[in-house]
Amino acid sequence: MDVILWSRIQFAMTAAYHWLFVPLTLGLAFVMAIMETLYVVRKDEFWKKTAQFWMKLFAINFAVGIATGLILEFEFGTNWSNYSWFVGDLFGAPLAIEGILAFFMEATFFAVMFFGWGKVSQRFHLASTWLTGIGATISAYWILVANGWMQNPVGTTFNPDTVRSEMASAQAFWEVATNPVAVSKFFHAVTSGWVTGGIFVVGVSAWYLLKNRHSEFAKKSILIGAIVGLVGSGAVMLSGDASGVHAAEFQPMKLAAAEGLQDGGNGAAFTIVPGIKIPKMLSILATHDPDGFVPGINDILNGYTDDEGNVVPSVADKMTMGRTALDALAIYRSAEDPGVKAEALRILNENVQYMGYGHLEKPEDVVPPVGVVFWSFRLMIGLGMLIALVLLLSLIAVWKDKLGTWKWLLVAAIVCIPLAYVTEQVGWIVAEVGRQPWTIQGLLPVNVAISSLSAGAVKTTFFLFLAIFTLFLAIEIRIMVGAIKKGPETIKE
Amino acid sequence: MSYTFLQNYWWFLIALLGGLLVALMFVQGANLHLGNRTLSDLQKRMILNSTGRKWELTFTTLVTFGGAFFASFPLFYSTSFGGAYWVWVLLLITFVFQAVSYEFQNKKENLIGVKGFRIALMVNGVLAPFLVGTAVGTFFTGSDFTVNKLAIADPSAPVISTWGNGWHGLDALGQYPAVLLGAALIFLTGILGDLYILNNIDDDEIHAQMRRSVKLSIGPFLLFFLCWTAILLCSKGYAVDAQGVVFLEPFKYLHNFLQMPAVLVLFLVGVVLVLWGIYQGAFTKSRSGIWPAGIGTVLVVMAVFFIAGYNGTAYYPSYTDLQSSLTIRNSSSSQFTLQVMFWVSLLIPFVLAYIVYAWRQMDKKKITPDEISDTPHKY
Repeated sequence: MDVILWSRIQFAMTAAYHWLFVPLTLGLAFVMAIMETLYVVRKDEFWKKTAQFWMKLFAINFAVGIATGLILEFEFGTNWSNYSWFVGDLFGAPLAIEGILAFFMEATFFAVMFFGWGKVSQRFHLASTWLTGIGATISAYWILVANGWMQNPVGTTFNPDTVRSEMASAQAFWEVATNPVAVSKFFHAVTSGWVTGGIFVVGVSAWYLLKNRHSEFAKKSILIGAIVGLVGSGAVMLSGDASGVHAAEFQPMKLAAAEGLQDGGNGAAFTIVPGIKIPKMLSILATHDPDGFVPGINDILNGYTDDEGNVVPSVADKMTMGRTALDALAIYRSAEDPGVKAEALRILNENVQYMGYGHLEKPEDVVPPVGVVFWSFRLMIGLGMLIALVLLLSLIAVWKDKLGTWKWLLVAAIVCIPLAYVTEQVGWIVAEVGRQPWTIQGLLPVNVAISSLSAGAVKTTFFLFLAIFTLFLAIEIRIMVGAIKKGPETIKE
Repeated sequence: MSYTFLQNYWWFLIALLGGLLVALMFVQGANLHLGNRTLSDLQKRMILNSTGRKWELTFTTLVTFGGAFFASFPLFYSTSFGGAYWVWVLLLITFVFQAVSYEFQNKKENLIGVKGFRIALMVNGVLAPFLVGTAVGTFFTGSDFTVNKLAIADPSAPVISTWGNGWHGLDALGQYPAVLLGAALIFLTGILGDLYILNNIDDDEIHAQMRRSVKLSIGPFLLFFLCWTAILLCSKGYAVDAQGVVFLEPFKYLHNFLQMPAVLVLFLVGVVLVLWGIYQGAFTKSRSGIWPAGIGTVLVVMAVFFIAGYNGTAYYPSYTDLQSSLTIRNSSSSQFTLQVMFWVSLLIPFVLAYIVYAWRQMDKKKITPDEISDTPHKY
């Protein structure tokens, strides 16, 4: 395998590990904050102890999320050197803002939350717990602004003098920060974390109920966990709908791959699994119009005209224009004659929007691995709905006081914990594998984004990071299971 | 705001973040005592719990330093991180182990034992300052890389920044001035760690140990730091003319100090403050040496960054191809980005204010043996 593939595998592995820890942080943070609020408002020691138990699990999980996040940030530079230069002008800013606005907030108030009991006032402590969660959420916003920009690169213009994409104007930053893809991604990712946090609390509490331990603690935790998880599920569905519309608009190939749609058209059907389709459903999801046009993989490869009469060129034509742009850039950079330079610039500007295509070898390169994206998409939706159902039933069981008798639900809630992680992972596979071959949609393919490293070097670091992260994961699971088995023993019921 | 002003402003902020990062590495320095056989396990846990409440600030400063460099000088991010690969990977691995070591080390399910995580923290305590120091040292010695922006138009070899040798950054270990700075930082952060523990923990025995440790570190620190400074002032530097052409200028960094007297004053004040803090810790009963030494460290590091980047100097020079050297003019983000980031940076005082407020509340009570037994969440 070459350095491009190893760089991709390493980044994918790091991101996948990172996202094993982040969703629980995002979700559990709010569960804890709600519980501590109940403690402060009701002055009930029970809620303090309950919050402290979930905080203990939060802390075990938090550290590994930070560790993997550090590697992820710096891998943009170490393994995607060209990317860092080519889009650093836009991409770096959200990362820096994330550091200034979110990380310090998280780091400072995380410490107060854990070590501030009895040292700071009750209200300050409560504010710190909320601010830890808010800090994590703000952090998620800015990193998803960066990721959203990779899916839909708004507010940028190519500068041939610096050979990179640059912010088109000072106001363009606002466009980047409010990029619709980023906004829907933010809500989708963060609220999926609420679902994971919610089902984690419900599942762990269900285990206590099955073991006849800490039943009061478990029932009240299930109530909070199920509410947070269900609110998350609703928001995930709404933001998922927006993501579908955005994919149709900005990344039609991703949508076509997710649907396995070879040939598109008006009134496209949605495939539940191969052989079972819902007529017109895909058009409704993608365009909010039952007769809306959805292009398939072949349409995109061969070119098509959309509902509004816009002609989208074939990939082969885009590649030709891209190569023309690259040739013009080379002439512009090396020519000394002002006339030649001006002509090269004119040709470059005419073709620059397809410059990224100039780096592709063949039109089929723009098709992502269809099977992976197709099945990941279905797993994401199916498991997401299953978890939402279990959360809803858990809430009903609390309401009707059936938690003690609906043992099957308790078992289902426990099973849903690992399934929530699978859902999170396949969700990102849809988003990221579906974007291939692009690091920046339409601008920069992966083969041009890499660093000048040997495959051996990247392979070595891949296995090194894999070993370290796997060790951390194994330790985290062991410690987490140990802490859960020990349970919230200090609570007097 | 002019482009030049914004570039200078962002280099100032990078210098400030760099200074804060080195000063906050007192965490790394203090953790070296986890291997101190004369301390009891309880005393080691007091140290661990003391640094364990601050490590995230150091870590976050590192992340923000990286993010700010990426946002303001992306060509450095792509050239150095992608080129000096092994140095950065090593540094990151030590920090990654640090991140989990606090939470995991005293849990019985941790697989590699208390000792394993304490060793990880100590390795971080040595390697982190050494690698950061050596990397900053290459700002003056130069590195083996070339930058060719036109490469991106060549689909067969599109990478614009390429490292000249297979060592990918480990070659800096062959440049003794850079290594001297790395070694000086190990002892400086060690001293800062001693001074911090002295301030943050209430334990007479630990205090005596820390004062002894400061005394032991003074000699090596001064030796490495003064040697590096002398070499720096006498060496040729990478100057840039008005057209952006890079050339070697004898005594360039000495000239920078003399031509920017404010930076010279900053440097000297910083050195005096560091020495004052060291004196307080080693030879008086004061427990406040961390403050002058920490502030002094920030000032010295800022001055070092200023002479590396200001006054027509290439801050990340290439000795292979002088014209590939990075300057704050040719490696920065666009004017629009720097302008947007300027407004964002105005929030930094607010961030610093809440950090100071929170920690003043938290540090009102010093760490004591009772604290270790009574605190619900401890390391």
